[in-house]
Amino acid sequence: MNTVENFDLYAPRLVDKEEYFAAGHRACSGCGEALAIRLMCKALGEDTVIVNATGCMEVVSVMYPTTAWNLPWIHVAFPNAASVGSGVEAALKVLRRKGKIADRRIKVVAIGGDGGTFDIGFQALSGAMERGHDLLYVCFDNEAYMNTGIQRSGATPFGASTTTNPAGAASQGKNEWKKNIAEIIASHNVPYVATACHSYPIDFMNKVKKARAIEGPSYIHCLSVCPTGWRVPTEDCIKAGRLAVETGVFPLYEIEEGKYTMSLAPEKLRPVGDYLKIQGRFRHLTPDHIGRIQKRVNLEYNKLLDKVENLHSWSELEG
Amino acid sequence: MEKAKKWPEKWQEVNPGCMVFRPGSTREYHTGTWRSQRPVYDTGKCIKCGVCYIFCPEGCITQDADGYFMADLDYCKGCGICAHECWPGAITMVEEG
Amino acid sequence: MSKRIGMEIALAAAEAVALCKPDVVAAYPITPNTHIPEHLSDIVAEGRIDTDFICVESEHSALSACCGASGAGARAFTATSSQGLLYMAEIVPVVPSMRLPIVMAIGNRAVSGPINIWNDHSDIMSQRDSGWISLFAADGQETIDMMIQAFKIAEHRNVMLPVNVNLDGFQLTHVVEPMMLPDQKEVDRFLPAYKPYAALHPDNIVSMGALGMPDIFNEAAMAKDQALVNSKKVILEVWKEWEEQFGRKYEPIGAYRMKGAEVALLTLGSMGDTAEVAVDELRDKGVKAGLLKMKLWRPFPAEELIKAVKGLASLAVIDRSAPFGGACGPVCAEVKAVLYDQKERPSITNHIIGLGGRDMVVGDFVKIVEQAISARKKKPREAYEIYGVRGS
Repeated sequence: MNTVENFDLYAPRLVDKEEYFAAGHRACSGCGEALAIRLMCKALGEDTVIVNATGCMEVVSVMYPTTAWNLPWIHVAFPNAASVGSGVEAALKVLRRKGKIADRRIKVVAIGGDGGTFDIGFQALSGAMERGHDLLYVCFDNEAYMNTGIQRSGATPFGASTTTNPAGAASQGKNEWKKNIAEIIASHNVPYVATACHSYPIDFMNKVKKARAIEGPSYIHCLSVCPTGWRVPTEDCIKAGRLAVETGVFPLYEIEEGKYTMSLAPEKLRPVGDYLKIQGRFRHLTPDHIGRIQKRVNLEYNKLLDKVENLHSWSELEG
Repeated sequence: MEKAKKWPEKWQEVNPGCMVFRPGSTREYHTGTWRSQRPVYDTGKCIKCGVCYIFCPEGCITQDADGYFMADLDYCKGCGICAHECWPGAITMVEEG
Repeated sequence: MSKRIGMEIALAAAEAVALCKPDVVAAYPITPNTHIPEHLSDIVAEGRIDTDFICVESEHSALSACCGASGAGARAFTATSSQGLLYMAEIVPVVPSMRLPIVMAIGNRAVSGPINIWNDHSDIMSQRDSGWISLFAADGQETIDMMIQAFKIAEHRNVMLPVNVNLDGFQLTHVVEPMMLPDQKEVDRFLPAYKPYAALHPDNIVSMGALGMPDIFNEAAMAKDQALVNSKKVILEVWKEWEEQFGRKYEPIGAYRMKGAEVALLTLGSMGDTAEVAVDELRDKGVKAGLLKMKLWRPFPAEELIKAVKGLASLAVIDRSAPFGGACGPVCAEVKAVLYDQKERPSITNHIIGLGGRDMVVGDFVKIVEQAISARKKKPREAYEIYGVRGS
C-alpha cells in the first residue's frame, strides 16, 4: 500500500482529542460521512458555527432533546446551508463590529451532502460563493440522496445503480457522468478549493485548517463512503475511499488562487476495476462499461495533471 | 448547559424552538446495543499508534491507563473498520451473543 | 421630535426600518416591494446605519439568510411580495417554529397565474397558518408605525415570533402621502436593543433546528400555537405604549362610524380608506352604515370581532383573495368560524374584490353595502361572489 507517503503512522496521536461530534449519534454502522464530520470538527476547533443542510448527518445528530454537537449548530432546511451560512457570517461580522459579541473570529462552516450541494442546494451555494462571504462550505459526497433511501443525484457516478436509476435488463444504472463540482466552484473565483476523503484523515484535516484560515469563501469536497448505499461491507469503508483515490476516480488536489496542486500523486494509477468490483452498486457493470469508465477516468486525470502543470496562480498572473 | 428533563416532555416543558442546550447529549443513547459483532483486543500486538482511534466513525475509541486504544462498548456499532485498518492486526471482530 | 414628511410609502417603510437599526438585511427585488430594499441599501451606502445588506440570489435565500442572522443574535429584516413569498414559503413556517423574531414587509401582490404585478391579498393569504404574526397597514402612517412596532412585538421575550407587515402593492407602496416620521431618539426609547433568547456562539453552545419525532411534534405544535395565541396580549401592550409615546391609537379592529350601525363592511388594508368615503356617502343618504378596519390578522382577533359586530343586522366581509374551491374567502371563513357559536350574529355576505389590482371605487363599496342589506331578506345563492366580473 502506498498510503504511507501521505500518512505518518503515529500522526493520529497528535490530533486534537476533543470529540466535537459526540458518540450516540444514529448514523449507520461504518458511516464514512460521520467519520468525516468528526475529523473536520477536530481541525476546526471550538470557535466555529456549523450550518447543516437537511440530510443524513442533520437527522442522525440532532433528534430533540439531544444533540451530538459540541459546537454551535443550526439547521433550517435542505437547499439553504449556504444561504443560512451567509446570514450567520454577516451577523457575526456585524455584531463583532458593533461590540455586541466578543472580539474574536468565529468561523462559519456550512455543510451539506451531495444532494444539498450539487442539486437542490446548488443555487444557494453559487450565490454564497459569488458574494465572497467568509464561509467554508464542505460537501460530504456519498454520491446519492442517501438519507431518503439511495436515490440518484448529480454526484452519482456513471454506471452506479440507485433506486431511481436502478440497473436492470433495460438499464445500466446512471447514464450520465458525475458533475465536477470543484471546477464549478473554482470558476466562482473562490481562493481555496480542495478535494479530500476521510480515508486520508491527516490530509483532510490539514485542508480544513487551511480553508479555515482563508478570510473569504472556500470549498472542500470530501468523498464520504456510504457502505449502506454503495453496498460495501462496513469494514471496507476506509478501503473504498482509498481505492477511489488510488485508481484516479477521485483524485486529491487543491486549487489555491487558480493554481492546481496534487495532494497525492501515485506513480501509477490502479485499474478502476479494483475500485468498482468491491461495490454492490456497480456489480452489474460489464467489461465494456468498465472500459468506458477507465477511458473517462484517464481523460479526466490527464486534464487535471495538465492543469497542475500549466495553470498559474492569480498573483502570478496579475503581473 | 441545561439539565435533562424527564421524557416525554409536556408542551410547556419543550424548549422554545426545540432548541437543544445540552451539547454532546447523544451520549445518553447507547448505540452499542445495535451491534452484532464486537472488537476484541490483543494488547500484545497493539503498537498504540492510534489508527483505529482516528478511523472510528463513532469517536468511541480512547486510550486506557496503559495507553492501549480500546472502543467504548456502550457506543461501538461493530462496523469492523478498526479491525480492518489495524496495522499489526491486534483487533479481531467476534460475533456478539 | 417626529417630523412631517411627504414621500413614497415604500421609502418611508425603509426609513422606519432604518430607525430600528437592523443588523442584517437580506432581500431580493420583486415588484412592487423593490423600493423598500433599494432604499434600505441607499441608507446603508450613505453610512446612516451600520447594517450588512446581503444581495441574495433568491427570496428563498433571503429568508434563509435572515434565519441564520437571527439565529446568530442579529436583528434581521427582509421584504417581498407574491411569487417571492411563495418561493420562500418553504422557510416561512420554519421561522416561527424556531422562534426567530424576523420582521418582513410584504407589498401585497397577486399570486400567479396569470402573472400579474398588481395588488391583491392572495400572497399573504397563502401563508395563513404559518405561525407568523400578521399586521395590515391601511395607509402610510400605519406602515411606518407598524414597521417599528413589529420589531418590538417580535423580540419581546413572551413572544419571540416573526412578524409580517402587509402593505398593498402599488396602492400603498408607490403612493406618496404626508406622514409623521419619528426621530432616532424616539425610536431608541420605544425599541430597546435586541437581546436574543439564544444565539449561535461558542460561548454558549446551542443546537437550533432539531428533528422532532412523532413523540414530541404534537407538543411542539401546541407550544407554537399557544405562542401565537398568547402574543395578542403583548401586541395590545405594545400598541398601548405606542399610543402613550406617539399619540396614535391602534386596535385589532378599528371602527369607523360604528355607533348605531346596522350594516357594516369589514376590510383589510388600504381598501378601508375608500370604504370610509362610501360609509360617509351612505350615512348622508340615511343608511346606518359603518366600517370595521382589521389591523391584526394573526393571531385572529376573535374577541374583538364578536364585540364589534354586536347589534349589526348585516356584515359585508371584503376579501381580496379567491378561495378556488373553498367555502368562502379567507377572511370570511375566519369571521364565520368565530361567529358560528354566537347566539346573535349578523347576516354575512362575502365579496371578493380587486383581484390582480382591479380598481375599486367608492361606488363599488356603496353597491356592496346595498347588496348586504338586501341579503337579509333574500339570501344570495352563493356563499361568496367575485365582485365586478364582466359576464356575471
